Amino acid sequence: MIEFNNVYFSYDKEHTVLDGISFKIEKGESVGLIGANGAGKSSMLKVLLGLLPHDGEISVNGIKVCKQNLAEVRRVLGFVLQNSDNQMFMPTVLDDMMFGLCNYGMSKKDAEARVDEVLEQLDLVSLKNKYNHKISGGEKRMAAIATVLAMQPEVIIMDEPSVSLDPYNRRAVINVINRLEQTKIIASHDLDMIMETCTKVMLLSGGRIVAVGTTDEILRNKKLLEENRMELPFGIAAADR
Amino acid sequence: MKRIDHAIVEFKEMDEMAKRDSLVHSVNPVVKLIITIAYIFVTVSFGKYDLSGLIIMCLYPIALFEISDTSIGACFYKLRIVIPLVCAVGIFNPFLDKETLLYVGNVAVSGGVVSMFTLMLKGVFCIMASFVLVATTSFDEICAALRRLHIPGFFVTLLLLTYRYISVMMEEVSVMTDAYMLRAPGQKGVHFSAWGSFLGQLLLRSMDRAEELYSSMRLRGFNGEFIYASLDPLKGRDYAFLFASLGIIALFRFTELTAIIGQLVM
Ligand SMILES: Nc1ncnc2c1ncn2[C@@H]1O[C@H](COP(=O)(O)OP(=O)(O)OP(=O)(O)O)[C@@H](O)[C@H]1O
Ligand SMILES: [Mg+2]
Repeated sequence: MIEFNNVYFSYDKEHTVLDGISFKIEKGESVGLIGANGAGKSSMLKVLLGLLPHDGEISVNGIKVCKQNLAEVRRVLGFVLQNSDNQMFMPTVLDDMMFGLCNYGMSKKDAEARVDEVLEQLDLVSLKNKYNHKISGGEKRMAAIATVLAMQPEVIIMDEPSVSLDPYNRRAVINVINRLEQTKIIASHDLDMIMETCTKVMLLSGGRIVAVGTTDEILRNKKLLEENRMELPFGIAAADR
Repeated sequence: MKRIDHAIVEFKEMDEMAKRDSLVHSVNPVVKLIITIAYIFVTVSFGKYDLSGLIIMCLYPIALFEISDTSIGACFYKLRIVIPLVCAVGIFNPFLDKETLLYVGNVAVSGGVVSMFTLMLKGVFCIMASFVLVATTSFDEICAALRRLHIPGFFVTLLLLTYRYISVMMEEVSVMTDAYMLRAPGQKGVHFSAWGSFLGQLLLRSMDRAEELYSSMRLRGFNGEFIYASLDPLKGRDYAFLFASLGIIALFRFTELTAIIGQLVM
């Protein structure tokens, strides 16, 4: 479904941010992407979406990620940005959710029906007509997730989805993620969330994938995590004690 | 609240205004855009001494303010920085054109004074008309309307992004002044030794954010066309509004209404 083949990327000539990355993600997998600050997680996701250029080969559903195919590739990928302020640019939550749907040719009536459905699912109906500059950071993040879910992409990509959420909303997001049948890629420092939502984990360090495995293999490996500036997930550490 | 936060709220209030409901709000944006452009052209076309003819033009925007339940006070308040600039345009006319044009009672009024007032009013009227447009039409709809009038997509997208950039930039100013003030207690404003780095940072940060915002638009299928703000085809009442408005504007321009009213009053 998604394939990276020897992908390189750098912002400037001095240091490489992605240093020869290769992996495959199959349809329906949920993959956690972990790594220290500056490991290159966000950059990797942006490269996949064609927001940053790259050397090497990336394909999504067999379509090569390159300038001509971007529209097609992006139709398949739904991306929740790390900073929701940049994701929510329309006046109201409703406008924002309709934006993508209408751009892909849905009528306003159908789009609004879809929006209602998604907001209902996420228990966010009260946000529908709120102005984006008048909702809290966490609410904005939930709304940003809703905008992407409304588009029903085949792959959902989230960059730090649980940041700035209160426990209730964090739980809500985890439940939503677990309910989704799509392919998922979730970059996060919240290893407990990764533990609950992903079946496979990729550990990124210094622009390379240093470990790939099932969630249990990686997230229970104290030595591996600590070598890469991380700790055992709280849930596991507590159970071991 | 800090001044900049206040400014952000004021700016975003425009979006809220555009979302209200009224007869004017429900008119097709293309129609409103055409009328506004026509109004501006006609207003500007008055002769430089034709103060009496021009004055009547204020009725049209005032009527729209009333019908759309938009406060004229809000217009002048929000544009308090722009209006003096517009008014300043003709400020030198009285010195350049001293010939007496008319007498008010016993006082001789020079051509320069009349043309100064004419210019000021033209500016203010045009601003009022533009304000009503923005207060009754969302910015995305205005962009869609511009596209419908075959303005190149490149320019319209640029316009939209500029509009979004303004609030992004104001938000960054707000965050950065907070960060600065917390570490510079007791200072009034940003010390001028920090202006350079402050400005540089501001540009970089707001550019980064603007770029990401644009990415986020593209990721959700935006390609320079304003499909999401798609406009309905013009309906009967849109045509009615269009022709009625153009008719009224033409009437104001081509008949000596002020003179006629003046005679009636006499
Ligand atoms: N716009 C940019 N210009 C230059 N270098 C950048 C830029 N953005 C990121 N970098 C560098 O690229 C590297 C990878 O950054 P990236 O944002 O991908 O990390 P990350 O894994 O997402 O980190 P975090 O967990 O903090 O979000 C970092 O070393 C960073 O300094
Ligand atoms: Mg990141």
